[in-house]
Amino acid sequence: MSQKIFAPWDDPDEKPLIRFENVTKKFGDFTAIDDLTLNIYEKEFFALLGPSGCGKTTMMRMLAGFENPTSGKMELSGKNIAGIPPNKRAVNMMFQSYALFPHLSVWENIAFGLKRGDMGKLDIAARVEEMLKLTRLSKFAGRKPHQISGGQRQRVALARSLAKAPKLLLLDEPLGALDKKLRQDTQFELMDIQEGTGTTFVIVTHDQEEAMTVASRVAVMDEGRIIQVATPDGIYEAPNSVYVADFIGDVNIIEGTAKPAGEGTYRLDWTENEAPFLATSEAPFSDGQNAHLAIRPEKIAITAEKPDDANNAVQGSVLDIAYLGNLSTYYVQLAGGRIIKAQTANTRRLSRRSITWEDKVWVSWSATAGVLLAQ
Amino acid sequence: MERHGRRLASAMNLRRFFLIAVPYGWLLALFLVPFFIVFKISLSDLALAIPPYTPTMKDGIGQMLSAFDFENFVFLTTDDLYWKAYLSSLQIALISTVLALLVGYPMAYGMARAPEEWRPTLMMLVILPFWTSFLIRVYAWVGILSNEGFLNQFLLWTGVINEPLTIMNTTTAVYIGIVYTYLPFMILPIYAALDRLDESLIEAAEDLGCSRSKAFWLVTVPLSRNGIIAGCFLVFIPALGEFVIPSLLGGSGTLMIGKVLFEEFFNNRDWPVASAVAVILLLILIVPIILFQRNQQRQAESET
Repeated sequence: MSQKIFAPWDDPDEKPLIRFENVTKKFGDFTAIDDLTLNIYEKEFFALLGPSGCGKTTMMRMLAGFENPTSGKMELSGKNIAGIPPNKRAVNMMFQSYALFPHLSVWENIAFGLKRGDMGKLDIAARVEEMLKLTRLSKFAGRKPHQISGGQRQRVALARSLAKAPKLLLLDEPLGALDKKLRQDTQFELMDIQEGTGTTFVIVTHDQEEAMTVASRVAVMDEGRIIQVATPDGIYEAPNSVYVADFIGDVNIIEGTAKPAGEGTYRLDWTENEAPFLATSEAPFSDGQNAHLAIRPEKIAITAEKPDDANNAVQGSVLDIAYLGNLSTYYVQLAGGRIIKAQTANTRRLSRRSITWEDKVWVSWSATAGVLLAQ
Repeated sequence: MERHGRRLASAMNLRRFFLIAVPYGWLLALFLVPFFIVFKISLSDLALAIPPYTPTMKDGIGQMLSAFDFENFVFLTTDDLYWKAYLSSLQIALISTVLALLVGYPMAYGMARAPEEWRPTLMMLVILPFWTSFLIRVYAWVGILSNEGFLNQFLLWTGVINEPLTIMNTTTAVYIGIVYTYLPFMILPIYAALDRLDESLIEAAEDLGCSRSKAFWLVTVPLSRNGIIAGCFLVFIPALGEFVIPSLLGGSGTLMIGKVLFEEFFNNRDWPVASAVAVILLLILIVPIILFQRNQQRQAESET
């Protein structure tokens, strides 16, 4: 039972569906997209992730045809699409506000795009039925958008944008208006539909958890630039910068100077009074170079006694405990005042927890647990 | 405790009664009572007296009621003038409404699409004419449209025409006057509907394969329908009974029921026939008014 791993981005022969080449978009003096180059492949579920104002929505609107790049090349299946109006592109978009037509029923909303083509009446009806079934909306076909719930509206918007079987579907914060529980269910539904239809999805979101869950690859953006493009685990385990490490998930960042200590191993001098931390890194650092050690809280162990086998161990006292139900995050204050976050799974009941406030504890981690970053 | 509750409930009822009583009292005093006075006069006969009709209250209620008849209403059907005036009024009101829509919709659309900071100014410009007397504004059109008026002077000066155009005292002048006067009533509700329109709906239509003009007809127009209907009624209803504009701008050829009504009252001093004309006019107006109210109500319901 060997499954071929889906990774067209690693295959140099694969032709990208979308190609951005040195694309820049300016609104007056403001640069929304800054010299951006990016490939997106067929059948990908690609997430654009970033804080508001980072340019992710502008990128999506350029793909839809509502904005044109100021300079650079934008290709869809090898054809330059700059200047082609939205109604002439095999690209559909699911709007953040859903933008359902309030004067039309669910059925008519889904049929709207199909009626604009040269499809026969019977074919349109069949396609709409198929979409209704796919999104489990058959019962609501006759209702108006204001007569259905938010989750159902979201599915109508999805069905409408998928009905024309576009080469590329753009989703602008598609789950932003749903509550958390419904959002999680819908994420898996989206993935199923994406896999089932084989459509390339590009999703814009500011919710990192959502991006990590649904996407095959994630692009982290900031100020009109792409900082890193990688698979979700790549982004999380091997961020290429402090910005990405800090943006995705929780992280401890320890700044210091690196000193080579053997093959791919470095010592990080981070304070005068404590021993340097040992960390491995694939990227080379020169002697005395400024470096940041990024380490996730769940990779740090917290114990009452000093562990014998850990590469790095340092003592502190428990300042605060954040109890999250399944997890607890301990805020451990070191002698110099620095706070280290350590996370443990609550596999035992709370009453049997051995560590509490003000306790003297040891936090420890291995040399391979963190990532050493230059910037 | 229970008694306190009951007293509270009765106080609430009293409060509710007064709240409802105010609008109903207003309607009773300013609409229903005048209407019955007019209706009563329409059932009376012409007399050389003050007031110029008989019978009056002085004759005693019983005497008065027995003297009432529908003679005046019958008279309206015998003379061509009246039904022709009604029909002509309907025609003029209808055509004016269509013209006002054709002029007003693009203006409202332009206002709604204008940059945010311009909109209050544009709105101000639409409302501004209301600050001047309606009568003076209609008189101003006499100055523009007459044979020696500004329009003819200008066209003669530019050489477009050699003879002055005769617009004054024609039905054309009446159309110009009505469209000009009631245009804000057309623009404002349409603007309100278009202003609420979510821009992303147009983008969604384009994204799904509509050209810009197709998106306009399939999305913008249906979604501003309530504004269009409201605007049309707000122009049609007052235009139907219009008196000042046809009497100042229209000639003897322009027949409108408002003008006939005025002449019956003030020139012929035939209050009973004039009242009958007014009662019929009101009955004609009730239909569009009810339709208008229903449209407003439906709109309010669809928004909740």
